[in-house]
Amino acid sequence: MYCNTFGRFACRVFRESRFQCPMNKGQGTMSKRLATWTSCKHYKQFLERHLSNLKFMGVATRLVQHVRTVSHSTLDPAEVRKFQAMANKWWDLQGDFAALHSLNDLRVPFIRDNLLNVHSVHPISKPLAGLRILDVGCGGGLLTEPLGRLGAVVLGIDPVEDNVRIAELHASHDPVLQDHVQYRACTLEELADEEEEHFDAVLASEVLEHLADLDTFIHCCHCVLKPGGSLFITTINRTQLSYVSSIVLAEWLLRIVPGGTHDWDKFITPVELERLLESSGFCVESLRGMFYNPACGAWSWQKSTAVNYALHALKQRAEPQQDHIQPESDGLDASAHTDGPHQYNIRTAGRDTHTHTT
Amino acid sequence: MLAAAGVWRRCINITIRSLNGAKVVTRGFVSSENAEESGKADSDVYDIIISGGGMVGTAMACSVGFDPNLQGSKILLLEAGSKKEMDKAPDVYSTRVSSISPGSATLLSGLGAWDHIVNLRCKPYQKMQVWDACSDALITFDKENLQDEMAYVVENDVIVAALTKQLHALSDQVEVQYRTKVVKYTWPRPYHAVTSIPWVKVTLADGRTLKTKLLIGADGSNSMVRREAGIPTVKWNYDQSAVVAVLHLSEPTENNVAWQRFLPTGPIAMLPLSDRESSLVWSTSHQHAEELLQMDEESFVDAINSAFWSNENQSELVEAAGSLFRAALSFLMPDGTSTRQLPPSVAGVGPKSRVMFPLGMGHASEYIRHRVALIGDAAHRVHPLAGQGANLGFGDVSCLARVLSQAAFNGKDLGRCTMMNSQAGKILLSSLLLL
Repeated sequence: MYCNTFGRFACRVFRESRFQCPMNKGQGTMSKRLATWTSCKHYKQFLERHLSNLKFMGVATRLVQHVRTVSHSTLDPAEVRKFQAMANKWWDLQGDFAALHSLNDLRVPFIRDNLLNVHSVHPISKPLAGLRILDVGCGGGLLTEPLGRLGAVVLGIDPVEDNVRIAELHASHDPVLQDHVQYRACTLEELADEEEEHFDAVLASEVLEHLADLDTFIHCCHCVLKPGGSLFITTINRTQLSYVSSIVLAEWLLRIVPGGTHDWDKFITPVELERLLESSGFCVESLRGMFYNPACGAWSWQKSTAVNYALHALKQRAEPQQDHIQPESDGLDASAHTDGPHQYNIRTAGRDTHTHTT
Repeated sequence: MLAAAGVWRRCINITIRSLNGAKVVTRGFVSSENAEESGKADSDVYDIIISGGGMVGTAMACSVGFDPNLQGSKILLLEAGSKKEMDKAPDVYSTRVSSISPGSATLLSGLGAWDHIVNLRCKPYQKMQVWDACSDALITFDKENLQDEMAYVVENDVIVAALTKQLHALSDQVEVQYRTKVVKYTWPRPYHAVTSIPWVKVTLADGRTLKTKLLIGADGSNSMVRREAGIPTVKWNYDQSAVVAVLHLSEPTENNVAWQRFLPTGPIAMLPLSDRESSLVWSTSHQHAEELLQMDEESFVDAINSAFWSNENQSELVEAAGSLFRAALSFLMPDGTSTRQLPPSVAGVGPKSRVMFPLGMGHASEYIRHRVALIGDAAHRVHPLAGQGANLGFGDVSCLARVLSQAAFNGKDLGRCTMMNSQAGKILLSSLLLL
């Protein structure tokens, strides 16, 4: 019953609206356009937005399918347009990206400490000296700059040219960053051809939920990483709680991020991500939940990965690691990941102020 | 409730942002002179500039210089006066002394300056007696059996000289410019267009302009940094002046007690400097202070002895109430009372050591703003009666150094306001409690 009502409503909405699928502009008659359009992924996204506006939340979750398709490009043109419009706001600390700025309090120590665990000890003032890092989807350079200050040589890439321009301008004022930070306007696929096995670490922070094709993306990450290299991902889980917090609360009510920033359908669960990583030649080392407190604008670690989570995976080396293949003690069942993450030990030079074991 | 406050704050932010939406682009642009300089990185951008080379400023320079996480940072200390060096303590005691608490001593010890101070000159004391002129009220501060030192009396010049010596060891890390006066500070806006220079500009008297990511103001109670940053300050004059002098005692004594008596006109304090000498800090009205300065030495000494020993201000009513209270207290806490001692008598005053200066209170409403931090008297100026002004300043140094160290270890941009606000709250609270 709901399907019929919804279908009639959707057709009426389509006719009355001025939305045109970018793929099908000006092709043939109205009915032809409708036929090709309903199978187009943009239609699904458009419907979801209208449905959620009319509060048919229950219907939306049942009807909307997973929009990711296997394509040759990780780029989603709609996402590119979205971020182009916000390019000037990256470095406004109280602006639209304030939550990303405060997320550095969690993700920079997470990356730093895990890299220190894997690699040998470096000079104290530049703990990441000698490491090459790739920051995919660097935006305005919010995560690239702190890692550059810690001594790493970081390449930040972003498909939006305006973002890269802003990032370069911001870094140009600081002489410390000149030798450590570089930016390029390109996609990961374009880079993967040139820079095979070049990086000690790849960062994909708050990126996965904006991509069109995850399989290609993970495959490209695998290509550019050295054997034993680290992949750091922070992203949002696809749960009902994450819909309420990331879409309803964060976008509509509290305006922590601009409306339309996230597409719930593109969120990925830790189970799916781990499965994808393990099948692509990675070994997941740690998984931790994160919590954003809108009252004070600060992030903190938490056990539950129900909304935001951070993940560290290592690219497996060429020789087979026998101790990882243990089907009886498989740790990938879904309950384990919603209840608690893996053990997360930090071994640093002894001066870190926090020790997290969860 | 906190969550509601946070939500409310968010709503306000949303409203303000939507109202200012049209102005965002124009607001971000700073004046045209900055636009010309955009796009080129200056090699002379300092990470930290500390303005003011007194006790607190020099201690701050040492703290950041020795910090392992800040190795490789460009740090500069600017001081308008000349360099204070001291190979051995001068024969005559200096008038300005500070009572250094064990916490401050720990900080100075960590910087390696405490050894120099002990070698130069310092007087530990084990007990402090504070009593009233109008009654028998008395309180003593001491540790059991007088074993540990309670605090140390050190001349301010000795502290600065010891810290300056440690700065020598850091000459690669910390640059110091003496006899350098600042004439102007120019601030970046918190939200700036990416093309404008984001650093603080410091213009010197000789015409040079320096840039820094973080400016620390340690330039005293009349702080130019605080004034030019436009940080509102609560201040008022106490209508009192302090007379300080070096006193010669009648006879040598162990002199390990600090004395303070509350007179109707204000507190008078005697801090031990050696077996035969003590330092006087007498807070009184302006008029009385001038009279004290005009007196000849004999009359001055008599006035001091009379202030500590005389009972003419005792009120019978207060005395009766006091003894009743003490009887009740001894019933509840039999061991609660302590024996009263009398301070040593004064025989003479050090030549030309009598000085007076006005007293006031000052408290900046914010210690930390975007790319600027205030420490020491620039942030909070207190009455000397508790002897805690310098200790508060060293507390600021300790706290701020810790914050900067942690920020550097997290790869943060030193000087970003949000980073330091939580720590600023802690410092603010401790100095407010002291005021």
